Amino acid sequence: MSLGFFVFAPGFWDNEAVHVALAVGTAVAIVAGVVGVFTVMRGQSFAGESLGDIGTTGGSAAALVGAGPLAGFVAVDVLAAAAMELVGVQRVRGRDLATGIVLGAAIGLAAFFLYLDSTQGSGNGSTVTILFGSIFAISSATIPAVVGLAALAVTMIVVLYRPLLLATVSPEMAAARGIPVRLVGALYLLALALATALAAITIGTILSTALLIGPAAAALRLTRRPLRAMLGATAIGIGAVWLGILLAYDSYHWPPHEHGWPVSFFVVALVFLGYLASGLVEWRRERGA
Amino acid sequence: MAAGAGRLMFEGFMVNAWEVSGIVAVVAGVVGFFTVLRGSVFAAHAIPNGSFAGAAGAGLVGVSTIFGLGVAAFVGALGIGLLGRRGRHDAVTALMLVMMLATGALFVSLGNQYEPAVYALLFGEVLGVSDNQLWPTLVLGLVCVAAIAALYRPLMLSSALPEVGEARGIGAFRIELAFLGVLALATAMTVPVVGTLLIFSLMIGAPAAARSLTDRPGVAMALSVVLALVVVWSAIAASYETDWPVGFFVGTGSAAVFVAARLWQAGRERFARRRRPRGRQPEGLGSVA
Repeated sequence: MSLGFFVFAPGFWDNEAVHVALAVGTAVAIVAGVVGVFTVMRGQSFAGESLGDIGTTGGSAAALVGAGPLAGFVAVDVLAAAAMELVGVQRVRGRDLATGIVLGAAIGLAAFFLYLDSTQGSGNGSTVTILFGSIFAISSATIPAVVGLAALAVTMIVVLYRPLLLATVSPEMAAARGIPVRLVGALYLLALALATALAAITIGTILSTALLIGPAAAALRLTRRPLRAMLGATAIGIGAVWLGILLAYDSYHWPPHEHGWPVSFFVVALVFLGYLASGLVEWRRERGA
Repeated sequence: MAAGAGRLMFEGFMVNAWEVSGIVAVVAGVVGFFTVLRGSVFAAHAIPNGSFAGAAGAGLVGVSTIFGLGVAAFVGALGIGLLGRRGRHDAVTALMLVMMLATGALFVSLGNQYEPAVYALLFGEVLGVSDNQLWPTLVLGLVCVAAIAALYRPLMLSSALPEVGEARGIGAFRIELAFLGVLALATAMTVPVVGTLLIFSLMIGAPAAARSLTDRPGVAMALSVVLALVVVWSAIAASYETDWPVGFFVGTGSAAVFVAARLWQAGRERFARRRRPRGRQPEGLGSVA
C-alpha cells in the first residue's frame, strides 16, 4: 500500500463527479484570479460580494421555473451589475450604500423565491445548495457553458487590460488621455458579474467572494505587478480548489459519520489560509528590507 | 382585511412578534445611523452574516443560539478590526465573512440540520419568537442603546471629523473596535428575529433614508428609528396576511423607503434651487468625479 493510497482515497481518479468538479474548478479559478486582481485593486470587494449574494435570487428563481442554476446566476448578476452602475457604483462616495440597498432588496426577493421553492416542493433542499454550493453535483453538460463564459470574461479583461489598468490606478489621467472611464468601469462590472456567477456555481452564492477576493488579495501582497498578481492569484485559486476537492473526497471517511464534509468549506478555508500566509511572507520581507 | 384576522394578529404568539421586532427596529435604527454615517456598510453586512457560523455551531453542540451568535459576531468584529489594520480593509472584511460562512456551512453539514432551520437563521422567523426570547432581546437591546449613548460624542466626532477626533485623543482604531463591538452585540440580539441576511437591510435602508431627509443628527436618528419601526411592523402585518416570508417584506420595504426618501430629497432640491436643467451628457465621456 503506497502513500498515494492514503492521499487519494480509492476511486478518486475514476469518479465522474470528481472529473467535472476539477474541470469546472480550474476554469473558475482562472477567471476569478484574473478578474479578482482588478476587483481588489479597484476596492470593489463589496460589489463582488454583493453580486455573489444577489446570485441567490437568480438561483432560487431558476429552481422555481426548473432551469439550471448557472443561467439564473448569470442573468441576475448581469442585471444587478447594470443596476449598480445606474445607482452610481462608479463614484466612491456613497458607493457602498448604493450597493447595499440593491443587495438588501435582492436578498428580500431571494427569501421569497426560496420560500416558494420549498412550499411548491420542486426545489427541495435548494436553500443550502444554492447558498453553499455543491461542486460534486454539477452535471457534465454544464462544462461547455462554464468554459464559454470563463473564456468570455477573460477575453474582456485582456481586451480592456490597458485602459482598465490606467482607469483603476488614476482615473483622472485616464480621462485626460481620452479613455471613456465610465464605460470601461461598466464593462469591467460585467466581467465581474460573469466571474461571480461562475464562482457561485462552484462554491455557492454567499461563498463565491472567497475565490474572487482571496487569491487576488493574497497575490497582491506578494507582488505589486498586476500581471504577476493575476498569475499568482490563478495559481492560488487552482491550488485551493484542487486541494479542497481532494480533501472533501477523502473526508467521506472522517468522523463524525459516513458523510463527506462540504467542498466549499475546504476551498474557502484554504483560500483564507493562503491569505494569512501571504501576510506572513510580506511581513518577513518588510523586516528583511 | 377581515375583522377576525385583524384581531388575531394582535393575540397570542403575535404579541411576542410585535414586541421583539419593535426592540429590533429601535436598535437597528440607532446603530444603523452610525453605520451609514461611518460608511461601515460592508462591516454591517459581514458581521451578522458571519455570525451564522455561531448559530449553526450552537445548534451542533447544543448551547443557546443567541450565545453562539454573540461569540461568532465578536470574533468576526475582532477579526475585521485587527486584520484590517494591515492589508486592504474591504478585502479583509470579505475574507473574514466567507471564512465564517464556510465554517457555518460545515457545522450545518456535520449536524445534519434541517433545511427550514437554516432558512430561518438566514432569513429570520419573527413569527416564531417565543416568550423566553423576549427578555434577552430586551436586555441586549438596552445595552446596545446605552453603549451608543455613552459613545455618542466620540463616535460622532470620529465619524464626521476623524482628524479632529484624533487630535483630541480619540483614537480612530479604538473607536472602530468599540463600534464593531456594538455592531456585534446588535447582531446577536437581532439575528434570531430577522435573520443574518436581513438585519443588514434594516440597518442601512431606514438610516440612509433618514439621513437624506434631514441634516440634523439627532432628528435623523429619531427618524431612522421611526422608519425602521414602520418597515418592520408593516412587514409583519403583510407577512401575517399573505403568509409570505417576513424577510421578503423587510428587504424590499427597506429599499423602497430609501428610494422614496431619495426621490423626496431630489424633488425638494430641484424645487429649492430651480437649477437650469442639465442637458444629457454623451455616454461614457467625462464624469470622472
